[in-house]
Amino acid sequence: MNTQVRRIGGAAVNGRATKIVKEIKVDINKCTGCRACEMACSAFHAKPKYSSINPARSRIRVVVDELNDEYVPIRAGDYTPSECNGRHIYTIDGKQYSECSFCGACCPSRDYFIEPDSGLPLKCDMCENVPPLAEPMCVQVCEADALTYLEREVEREETPQEKRGQMEVGLESLINQYGIEAVMDSLNRMSKP
Amino acid sequence: MRYAETGFDLEIDLSLGSIERVASEPDLAEYYLGGQGAAAKILFERVPPETDPFSPDNLLIFGTGLLHATPAPAANRTVVNTFSPQTNLMSHSLFGGFFGPELKHAGYDRIIIRGKAPDLVYLYINNDTIEIRDATHLRGKGCAETGDMLKKELNDYKIQVAAIGLAGENRVYMATIDHNHASAARGVGVIMGDKRLKAIAVRGTKDVNIARPAEMFELCQSLHRKMGGSSGCGDWMAVDEDDSFHHNHFAWGNSRTRIKDYWSPELQRRWTDWKYDHMDRQTGCYNCPKKCRNVISWPGRPRFAYKCFGKDTYHMAAFLELDFSYEILGVAQEYGVDSYSTPQVMAFALELLEAGILSDNDFPGMPSDTRGRFFYLLEKIVRREGIGDILANGTWHAARQIGKGAEAYEHNTTKKFEQLPIKLGKLNPAYFLMIATGEKMSITQIEGSFPQDPLPTKEQREEFVGKWEAVPDEKFKKYFLEWEKRSDMSDDRTFDIVDWNEAMHYIDDSLGLCGFVSSFRGQFGGDIAYHMNNIPQVISLATGMEMDKEKLWKAFQRIRTLVRAVNVRRGLRRKDERPPEDHWAVRDEEYEQMLLTKYYEFKGWNSEGIPTRKTLDRLDLGYAADDLEERGLLAAVESVPVKTAVAV
Repeated sequence: MNTQVRRIGGAAVNGRATKIVKEIKVDINKCTGCRACEMACSAFHAKPKYSSINPARSRIRVVVDELNDEYVPIRAGDYTPSECNGRHIYTIDGKQYSECSFCGACCPSRDYFIEPDSGLPLKCDMCENVPPLAEPMCVQVCEADALTYLEREVEREETPQEKRGQMEVGLESLINQYGIEAVMDSLNRMSKP
Repeated sequence: MRYAETGFDLEIDLSLGSIERVASEPDLAEYYLGGQGAAAKILFERVPPETDPFSPDNLLIFGTGLLHATPAPAANRTVVNTFSPQTNLMSHSLFGGFFGPELKHAGYDRIIIRGKAPDLVYLYINNDTIEIRDATHLRGKGCAETGDMLKKELNDYKIQVAAIGLAGENRVYMATIDHNHASAARGVGVIMGDKRLKAIAVRGTKDVNIARPAEMFELCQSLHRKMGGSSGCGDWMAVDEDDSFHHNHFAWGNSRTRIKDYWSPELQRRWTDWKYDHMDRQTGCYNCPKKCRNVISWPGRPRFAYKCFGKDTYHMAAFLELDFSYEILGVAQEYGVDSYSTPQVMAFALELLEAGILSDNDFPGMPSDTRGRFFYLLEKIVRREGIGDILANGTWHAARQIGKGAEAYEHNTTKKFEQLPIKLGKLNPAYFLMIATGEKMSITQIEGSFPQDPLPTKEQREEFVGKWEAVPDEKFKKYFLEWEKRSDMSDDRTFDIVDWNEAMHYIDDSLGLCGFVSSFRGQFGGDIAYHMNNIPQVISLATGMEMDKEKLWKAFQRIRTLVRAVNVRRGLRRKDERPPEDHWAVRDEEYEQMLLTKYYEFKGWNSEGIPTRKTLDRLDLGYAADDLEERGLLAAVESVPVKTAVAV
């Protein structure tokens, strides 16, 4: 665990407004494969908080292949509706990694980061919380220091993106997965008395 | 809703091909916790004592610990119980890793396997989908290789696999059950092989519920941080390269020779280079911050991992150096043999050859160099070829099958099971009792809470007890403060110490906790994460059961006494409770027998080591007392005066 939050960058870039970008740095050579991050993530995001444990609901996963000595923690990124067509194999320090080992996307070609009950995609929220956590849960429990948290100050975009509600994000995921017509049909059916 | 446990067992009959999901008894956890405790209850009730270990009626139980899949750190040791053909007693083993928590997430507290499949099968568990599948394509495959093949063919790298290798398939008594880089030793792989079960592949995506979530998570995170930061937890040999402890004090060859000044700075440098030049990384088990397993790639050999003494057993048996262990371990682990007992069996065979009891004709084609010989013997044993067919039964049985005086060379077993190769001078009463009465078959599975040796000065002892949180009772601090010489401990205090040591193992093995952060590790430094003063709270928060120190201690006594009852029914008696005759050079038969008698009384057992009706009733084991009485085991012995019952 690293309790020291590292900030990179100055107060403001070219005198313009800046924002803090949260990042989790992964050192795959330090990972012991213990999956404490998965346990803690699933506990934190359970409702009520900590009431159940289920690594299958975790937004971080350690991709492990013991025979190949592959231990890669990956965090859930955005959903991609189509399968990736780049199937590359990388050799790093004599070990072979597939591209999937590093990709945080939730996609139709594998079942990482899919909520086991609903089939909806999961996405890392850097543990949004009130009050804010000093560090995301997975970083807090990583005693091996394979995960470290850092905040980076970057120039703010001219037109900040409209913040979308949870419902809108959820609906978009459903539309991506099932198509807008199927979602509309379901909504129509459900709204009938 | 149940908390921490799922409330369901999987019942598999491999003869019938049947699969049932059965609700477990609601109060099973309250009385027997889980893991070994629950398995002892099931074995007592369902396997009649006449059952041959190779009978289809023998059960093979894979149990999760009560705390598996909760936030409790280092709760990941899967418990395997059955009856062993080597000892004819209850076989108890554990393996670390990820299997137990995954099984719980699939919705089951344990898998109970009976019957025998007609040919090699594997069990596939994916939440509610459970299938017995053909495994003939996995015949002869290595343990980790099997896991890898199953993950590939099932197209899911998140599956956890426990498998046997060639040794298990061929019913070698030393066969292990392996799960990635973890291994269950002490006679369980042979039964998995006998049932023609090559592997179990499990995947689970269900929630495990916690009774008091926020408090549980907070307490567990503080324990997790403590473990991570404390050198008193985990395997210190993963980071300390000085292993003079094993090499200067343990015996080499067929548990024969001590080399007291073996270790040297030059050797340490050389061996450290071997390790770090070939180590990929150190890994941990599920939700544990320690990294006890050293993962090694040795040129031309399968990748393997070891912890603690596991790296020393082969080269010490062969009078070679660490590079030999590194060379053979990957091969031996893929075959799936116990690295504690197997090298002893090999060294035993070579001693018999040297003594002329076995001849060159028994070892056709064996190379002349030691390395070659060990590899040769490994192949013979795992294939049960030629002399290997006899050696595969362990030293006790092999010696009797070979005859011609071979029995004298089988000198390091208790209850027919190979012990650690330790040969010392003066009798140590606590160790006498632990080796004699332990039913987990290895000293490492009973020692561990009270330090092995006193500290030299009063100031050091005071400092030690000042930080000692783990003591279940303040009296242990007094014992330690007043302890100056190893041999200088009253019998009554020895009994308390042995009982506490044993208690922690029975608790760990029922909760699924790792001994390296609990039962085994306290003897070295005292600074462990789990102990009698905080485990009750962890259980309460996880399960919602009311638990306190007294109740937990009683649960230990109940489970431990039930295991004794299980084994007594199968013939275990006082005469079997003997450490190897040469464990200490100086022995005192009369004192030892007096010690045993008094310790039996302390435990509430009669002079034959059989729990009395009073003890069984007090521990809610009236059903066991009824059974022992019906079999004439209680009444018959209790009427025999103590003196005549003493075995000499």
